[in-house]
Amino acid sequence: MRYIEPHAHMVSRVTDDYVHLATAGCQAVCEPAFWAGFDRSSPAGFFDYFRQLTEHEPKRAAKYGLAHFCWLCLNPKESEDVKLAEEVLALIPPFLARPGVLGIGEIGLNKNSRNELKVLERHVDLAARHDQLILVHTPHLEDKLKGTRLTLDVLRADARIRPERVIIDHVEEHTVKLVLDRGHWAGLTLYPVSKCTPARAIDILDVCGPERLWMNSACDWGESLPLAVPHTALEMRRRGWTPEQIDQVIFQNPLQFLRQCPKFKLAS
Amino acid sequence: MTREQILDLYFLEARGKLIELAAFLDRVDRAPGRDDFRLTALRDALRLLGGNQPDRAKNVLTAFSDPTAEPIPAATTKSACGAWPGAAAGGG
Ligand SMILES: [Zn+2]
Repeated sequence: MRYIEPHAHMVSRVTDDYVHLATAGCQAVCEPAFWAGFDRSSPAGFFDYFRQLTEHEPKRAAKYGLAHFCWLCLNPKESEDVKLAEEVLALIPPFLARPGVLGIGEIGLNKNSRNELKVLERHVDLAARHDQLILVHTPHLEDKLKGTRLTLDVLRADARIRPERVIIDHVEEHTVKLVLDRGHWAGLTLYPVSKCTPARAIDILDVCGPERLWMNSACDWGESLPLAVPHTALEMRRRGWTPEQIDQVIFQNPLQFLRQCPKFKLAS
Repeated sequence: MTREQILDLYFLEARGKLIELAAFLDRVDRAPGRDDFRLTALRDALRLLGGNQPDRAKNVLTAFSDPTAEPIPAATTKSACGAWPGAAAGGG
């Protein structure tokens, strides 16, 4: 089995997790910029984080034959402070040319506030000006539906954004069709309790079809499962999916989206 | 997959989750204090499981969701609690 892990926060994971990913058949891991679990006190904290994502983490992954890519932004949980956001956004353009940088992400909303929306619009503008792919985080739990709608409106309002170059992540049963109907890609996040279980993710694939959908673990510093994608592949087998159909979802689909960025290349 | 195959694969798990939910409601009842909006939302969502309408998962998720459309003035917390507290609570 081969697969791509399109959303994992490896800076929060131990090296053993790289061993497990590689052993399970992972070909590449993609890491969106996110919240560290605490607020950074200055733009310099983000500068160092961007260096970690673009310099240090690829080396860590390479030891196990894994390609490592990343996305850059200021995450929605730290977007309430617009001044900080502007300073961090100004740091990003020089990083965009670095080899493993796929685009702007994971941007989006957290509590659906006015400032978060403002900062989301600025990130979308940054992506459009630099012709970058976009990875969107949608809010948690009771905030997801509203946040997804607000995000879709921001994306539609910017005529430079091509929907097929945007993936909207953490969709669930009540948001997946909203996203796909706008022509975007949608990410199914396999995360304990608060997001999709393997069974529900496969239900969504059964109902919506496998086009423009990918699955990810979004493993981070919280309780989460780095091997959630291969575990779900196992569940797909129990549900009667063929190896080819599974490969389509866990390898071909992320490949199809990610290679819209010419820098996304696999070893073989 | 046939209905029987789905039952073979998932029935025991679903049964177990239902009993967990029943035990949770009993546990809440035994505890001192009052219900809050989360429990109300849970009880409302439970009603969506009784009928034969499709899209139960979508409807339950929607029932727990903030139904408003306007952004809130400012984020005062980073976390979500799983149910919408209502406009009066400043949650929407
Ligand atoms: Zn994430």
